[in-house]
Formats: sequence, structure tokens, C-alpha cells
Amino acid sequence: MSVSTSSPPSVRRHHWIVRLSHWATVIVLAGLIASGLQIYEAYARFGNRGGPYFVSPFDGAQFPHWTRLGGWLAGALNWHFALAWPLVAFGLLYVGYLVRSGEWRALLFRPRDVPGAIEMTKYYLHLRREHPPQGKHNPLQKLAYTGVIGLGTLAVLTGFAIYKPTQLAWLTALFGGFQAARYWHFWIVWIFVGFTIMHVILVFVVDPASLRAMLTGLYRGRFPSHD
Amino acid sequence: MTERRTPRRHDPTLHDLDRRGFVRLGVVAGVGTLAAACGWDGGRLLRPGLLDISRVNDWVGEQILFSPTRLAPTYTTAQRSAMLPSYFISTMTPMLDDPAAWRLRVDGSVAQPLELSLDDLMRLPRVSYTVKHHCVEGWSAIASWHGVPVSAIVERCRPLKAARYISFASFDAGYSNGWDLASAMHPQTILAYGMNDNPLPAAHGAPLRLYSPTKLGYKLTKYLVSMTFTDTRPGGYWEDQGYPWFGGI
Repeated sequence: MSVSTSSPPSVRRHHWIVRLSHWATVIVLAGLIASGLQIYEAYARFGNRGGPYFVSPFDGAQFPHWTRLGGWLAGALNWHFALAWPLVAFGLLYVGYLVRSGEWRALLFRPRDVPGAIEMTKYYLHLRREHPPQGKHNPLQKLAYTGVIGLGTLAVLTGFAIYKPTQLAWLTALFGGFQAARYWHFWIVWIFVGFTIMHVILVFVVDPASLRAMLTGLYRGRFPSHD
Repeated sequence: MTERRTPRRHDPTLHDLDRRGFVRLGVVAGVGTLAAACGWDGGRLLRPGLLDISRVNDWVGEQILFSPTRLAPTYTTAQRSAMLPSYFISTMTPMLDDPAAWRLRVDGSVAQPLELSLDDLMRLPRVSYTVKHHCVEGWSAIASWHGVPVSAIVERCRPLKAARYISFASFDAGYSNGWDLASAMHPQTILAYGMNDNPLPAAHGAPLRLYSPTKLGYKLTKYLVSMTFTDTRPGGYWEDQGYPWFGGI
């Protein structure tokens, strides 16, 4: 581990498609969440009129003005339905790239990653001194990134279930009905927010060089190997 | 913004792309933050674009997702919601001075214009169903509706070839809605004179309202006075203010 003083090797890490879809998703998702919070204001609970209502800590809550986009319900809906397109487009572009390039192998969490994930957890809990060896991503990263792709898919599907509960009644029923689909759609937001906070903290605490890699594509940090 | 405040050693080989990326990101994030901070509906610059995209979404809803035959799920009367809010534009519940004199006017591009009393309408084929009402605000409620299918009216007034839309008008302070013919011809699109086994209450659009489980609540014109067939897409009260025109669900 003496490499840190000399200049670390520079490796090509992220294809431009990955970088583009990453940052585009950051912006689009911010807009979707902000307009979503404005939409939520119009009926700030979950359940048919007259109840019963789903248990929610945000029951009747109004989110601060600065977190909301659209000004009023119609404005927010138009933002939300406009931004949903690029979210789907960049999501498909990204997943399409992962599949075509074979990069999915470095990212998809599989059963064989479980022991490694346990070792990484031990490391983070200070039960293990040495950082376990890893490829492009460690097993916990794989778990998080695989999970967030699944989360994005769920966000889009629950979104469609709310958007067209009659024409796509089968999809709405799959999520437990219109109000349940709204409920899950809303919770997905907070999982996204939690993911993002952890993601940003870990970038700066564990591997700041990965930020530049996501901007320029070149990585000069602690974990230069690739699976 | 932090970028500008923190001076950095300039090393062109390392930082150029990095810096450009940061600036780009900063600009976009700045615009986004500004938009969020102002509670922006897009302003003069973006609002027209957002409305254009809304029309594209209408097209997708109308041409791809809407099925003229697929029926909305129905419920049992025991599943009816305890309440269903009702909205109108007037300051007080709109009511007729002389309910007996009320007629539904059917006109525009039709071979046979009609003037129908409530009794006339009740003599036409009757449809009853218990469905979920979806409001654009996000609430929903289950209720039963009773009325005559719009298709039965279409059969009798015989629209001309050019007629592709219907404008439904009300006596609620000029509230109206524009509909595409395909949605109007859906078997569950009715002119409702009854709700939950009773005559339609004043709060819900008495004597007659448009109802369909394939559209959001704001498309379901209450307090009907006329339906006009036309070849140009009619606007509507909320549609003209920025809500999606198609409003199909």
C-alpha cells in the first residue's frame, strides 16, 4: 500500500454513456421529486376518501416551499410527466449499455457476492482492519447499485399504475390498488433520498477519486482493479 | 458555487475536464434550484414547452394507452366510500330556478339536433355501475352511478363525419370540458342522473352530469346543459389553465 505517495495508476473507469446517464438522472430525479412533493400537497394522505388510511409519518404534511416545483398542481403535473420521459430514457440507455458492454458483471449483485458483502460490512463496523480486495465495485456497492436500478424500475412502474389506473388496471392491482401504488411511489422517494445521502457520504469518505471518475471517466484512486 | 469560493491550483492536465464538468453541473443545478425556489411552473420560457409535452402525453394516452372497449374495474355496493367530495366553480351550489324547464341540448355537427328532458333521458337505455372515482389531486372514492350511455345519444343525434369532439357545457359559471369522440363512446361513459341509488344530488351536478371511470374527475362535467359536436378540439375550464386536456386514466 505504498502507492498512495507516488502517482496512482490512471484507469478508464466510466464510459460517457454511464457518466451522462448518471448526471442526467441526478437532475431529472431532483425535478421529479420536487414536482412530486408539490403534487402530494393536493392530497397529503393515502387511502380512499373516508378512510381507512395507510400509516404514514407524512400524513397531512406540507413540504417546505423551496422543495416544491411547479407552483401549483397543474404546473407540478406538467413538470412531473415531462421529466418522467428522460428518466425512463436515461434508465434504458444506462441498462442497455450495461448489458451490451458486459459491464453489468461488475455491477450486478449475485449470491456469490454475499460472503464479500459480509466482509465489507465487518470492515465498515471496524471488525476487520484491512479493506477487503475488490474489483471495480465492492460487494456492498454492487448491492446498492443493483438495488437502486430496481428502485428506479419500481418508481416508473408505480408511476404508471397511478397515471393510468383504468387502462393499466392490472398493474395498479399488482401494487395493491391506486392508493397503495401512490403509497409505494411516495416511499420510493425516501429510499432514493436515503440512498443518495449515503452514496455522497461514502464517495467523500471512502473514495473521493470516484467523483472525478464519474465526471471525466478517468480514475486515479485506491481501487484501480477491474473484475 | 463552492467551486468558485474554493481557489484551486491550476493543473491543466488534470483539472480541465474536471472543472468544465463541475461548471456545467453547477449551472444546471443552479437553474434547478432556482426553479424549485420559485415554485416555478416553467415561467414564460419553459411553460409553453411543458404544455407541448403535455400534449404529447395526451397523444400517448389517447392513441396508445386508451382502449375503446376495456372496462374499468367495478366494485360491489358494499365497497362504496363513506364520502365523495364534490367541486364546483360557482361560489354556491349551482341550482336550477325551474328544474322542470331544464333540457339537454344536443347540437353542433349532427344530422339530428335534440332537446332532451330528464324523462326523455330516463326512457333511454340505462347503465349502472359502481366504480372508483379518481381526482387529479390524488384522492379516490368508490360510488355507484346511473345514467344513459353517451353512445345512445350519439346513435340518436347522428354526428356528421367531421365531428371528432364533443364540448360539454354546464350552468356552473360556464364550466365546460372538451372530449374526444372515442372516450365519449366508451361503454362506461354516461350522462348520469343518479348516484348511489338516488337521484343525482345538487352537490354532484343535478340534474345531469357526465361520468366515466376512464377520465379524471375534472373532465366529468356537472350541471350539464348542452353537448356540442365539433371538428375542432374544444378547450375546457381546467384544461385551459394547464391541466392535461385528455385527462384519461
